[in-house]
Amino acid sequence: MMHVLPYVVSGWIFLVGCYGLATSRHLVHAVGCLSVCQVATYVLLLAVGYREGGTAPVHSDLRPHSRPLVDPVVQALALTDVVVGATVTALLLALAIQVAKHHGTADPDELSELRG
Amino acid sequence: MSRLLPLVVAGPLLGAAFLVAFGRLLPRIATDAVAAVVAAGTTALSVLLLTRSSPVATEWVGGWEPVAGRSVGIVLVGDAAGTGLATLVCLLTVAVLVYSWRYFEEVPHKNPGAFPALVLLFQAGMCGFSLTGDLFDAFVFFELMGVAAYALTGYRVEDSKAVQGALTFGVLNSLGAYATLMGIGLLYARTGELGMRQIGARLDGQGPADALVVTAFVLVASGLLVKAAAVPFHFWLPDAHAVAPSPVCMLLSGVMVELGVYGVWRVHTFVFAGPGGVPSADVGLCLVVLGSVTAVLGALLCWQQHHLKRLLAYSTIAHTGLFLVGVGLLRPESTAGVALYVVGHAGAKAALFACTGILLDRYGSVDEHELFGRATGLRLVGVLYTVAALALAGLPPFGTALGKGTVEEASGFAGTMLFTVVSALTGAAVLRVAARVFRGLGPRPRRASEQETKGGDEEPETRGRLSRVPLPMVAVPVALLAGSLALGAWPGLGERAGAGFGGPPELAPHWTLASVLTGLVSVACAAGCAVLALRRDTPQEPYAWTEPLRRLHSGHIGDYVAWFVLGVALLGALAFSGSLL
Repeated sequence: MMHVLPYVVSGWIFLVGCYGLATSRHLVHAVGCLSVCQVATYVLLLAVGYREGGTAPVHSDLRPHSRPLVDPVVQALALTDVVVGATVTALLLALAIQVAKHHGTADPDELSELRG
Repeated sequence: MSRLLPLVVAGPLLGAAFLVAFGRLLPRIATDAVAAVVAAGTTALSVLLLTRSSPVATEWVGGWEPVAGRSVGIVLVGDAAGTGLATLVCLLTVAVLVYSWRYFEEVPHKNPGAFPALVLLFQAGMCGFSLTGDLFDAFVFFELMGVAAYALTGYRVEDSKAVQGALTFGVLNSLGAYATLMGIGLLYARTGELGMRQIGARLDGQGPADALVVTAFVLVASGLLVKAAAVPFHFWLPDAHAVAPSPVCMLLSGVMVELGVYGVWRVHTFVFAGPGGVPSADVGLCLVVLGSVTAVLGALLCWQQHHLKRLLAYSTIAHTGLFLVGVGLLRPESTAGVALYVVGHAGAKAALFACTGILLDRYGSVDEHELFGRATGLRLVGVLYTVAALALAGLPPFGTALGKGTVEEASGFAGTMLFTVVSALTGAAVLRVAARVFRGLGPRPRRASEQETKGGDEEPETRGRLSRVPLPMVAVPVALLAGSLALGAWPGLGERAGAGFGGPPELAPHWTLASVLTGLVSVACAAGCAVLALRRDTPQEPYAWTEPLRRLHSGHIGDYVAWFVLGVALLGALAFSGSLL
C-alpha cells in the first residue's frame, strides 16, 4: 500500500488543481491552481525516483556503490520543471494584472468579451 | 552533418538573447535586420539538413551517448519529418519578420528588439519541438514555444481582449503540458529511459501493454491534443487567434497548432507503435473519432463567424481535425499526404491572416458586416484573398489539393466525403467574406446580435491607419501562396515526401484523376455555398440552431478546464475501449 500512496497523492493533487481552476472566482487564484496541478508532477517524479533506504545522489562523502542512491535523473527533471513552472506562473500573473487593469475585475465570470 | 542539428535551436535562441540585451541601444531597423538574418540563416541550415535527412541524423547533445544500452543524454533526431517541419517553421518566421517590418511602430517598453526577440524565441521552441527525440525535452520545448506564444498573443497589453485571450491560452496549454509531463513520468517509471525510441524499445521488451502504458499514452496525448486544438480541447484557440496580432496569428495557425498533430504522430510512431505499446486499432479510433468531430464542428462554426480572425481560427480547427483523421489512419501514405497538406495549408492560412492584417490596419475593423463593400479599392488584396480561399478549399494544383487527395485515397469513401465537405465549407466561408468585403456583393448583412464577439473598433497594429499598403505586407502573402502552389506543382516533391515517411513508392503522393476531381468538386461546392449565402435576401449568419453550440464557447477559463478534464476522460474511454469490450 505504502508504495502506491505517492502516486495516488499525485493524481489527487492534479484533480484538486483542476477542480480549483474550474470553479475559480479570481484569476490569481486560478493561476495558483495551475501551480497546484504542476506540483502533482513534482510529487510523481520524486516518487518515481525514490529507492528504499536510498540516500542523496552526492558522491563527495560517499564511496561509489557503498549505499543505494535515489535516481538523480528525476531530480534534474523536477528542477527543470520548477524553472518552466516559474516562467509560466510569472507570465500568467502579469497577464492577470493586465486583465484586472483593463476590465476592472479579476473574476472570470465577469469577463465576457470573447464568446461565440 | 548531425553536429549541425543543435544549431537550428541554438541560433534563434542566441539571436533572441542578443536582441533582448542590446535591443535598447539599436535603432528599429537594426533589430529587425538582425532578427531577419538569424531567421534566414536558420532557414538555410534547416534546408541543408532536410536535403541530408536520409540516412537519419541522430545527435546526442554534448556527447552523452548511450552506454551499454542505457541513456541519460538528450537526443536530437533529424529525420525528414522533423527537419521538414523545422524548415516550415523557419520559412514562416522569415515571412512574419518581413511582414511585420512596419508593425508596432509605437515600441512598447522602449525596446525595439522585444517583438523580434519573442518571435525568434518562438521559432527556437518550435524548431526544438520538431527535432527532439527526447520525450522530456519535447515537454520543455512545448512550454518554451507556449510561453513565447502567450507573450506574443498578449503583446499589445493595452488591448483588453488580447490579455484575456492570452491568459486563457496560457492556462489551458500549460495544464495540457502538465498532463503530458505526468504521462512522461509514468513512462520513465516503467522504462527508465527518456529518449522516445529508447522508451519504445524497452516497452517492446516487456510484453503487451498494461493499464499503466495506456494511461501514459492518454496523458501524453491529451497535452499534445490541447496544442492541436482537437475537440473538446480546442476552446482556447479561437479566443487566442481572434486577439493575437496578425503576424503572430500567421505562426500560430500556420504551424504551431499543426505541431500538436505532429507530436501525437511522433510519440505514437516512436513510443507506442510497437508490440509493447498501445494497440494501433485503439490509437486509430481515438484519433479518427476526435479528428472527425473536430473537423465538422470547426467547419460549422467557421461558417457562422463574421469576426474574420475568429473565422480563420475555426477554419484552422477544422483543418487540424482533418490532419488528425489522416494521421489516425496510421498508414505511411496517408501521413505523407498529411505532411503535404500541412505545408500547403500553412501557406494559404498565413496568407489569409496577412491579408486580414492589411484590412485591420487600413479600416480598423475585422468584422465582415462592418467591412461590407468597403475594401473595393484593394483589388490585389481581394484577388489574394480569393485565391487563398480556393487553395483552402483544395483547388488543384495547390499543395493542399495534392495532400488532401492522397489522404482521401487512403481513407475510403466516408473519409473522402468528410474531407470534401469540411474543406469546401471552410473555403466557402472565406469566399463569402471575399465577395462581401472586397466586391460588396449580395445584400447588406443585418447587424449581429450582442451575443458573440464582433470585430469592429479594433486598434490598427501599425502607427495610425494605413493610407497605402506597404510593399512587404503584400509581397509576403503573394510569396506564401506561390509556395503553396509550387508544393503541388513541383514534380517529384510528393514522391520524396512519401519516401520520407517510409511509404511504398507507388503510394507516394502524386496527382491522380480522382484527386483532381475531388479537388474540383470541393472547390465547386465552396463556390456554390458562397453564392447561396450571397443570394439570400436577409443574410442571417449565425443560424439560430447553432446557438447552443456557440454558447459553449463562453470565453470562461473554468468552463474550458472542465471540458479539458472531460476530454481526458473521453480519450481514456476510447483508448481503453479495445481492452474493455
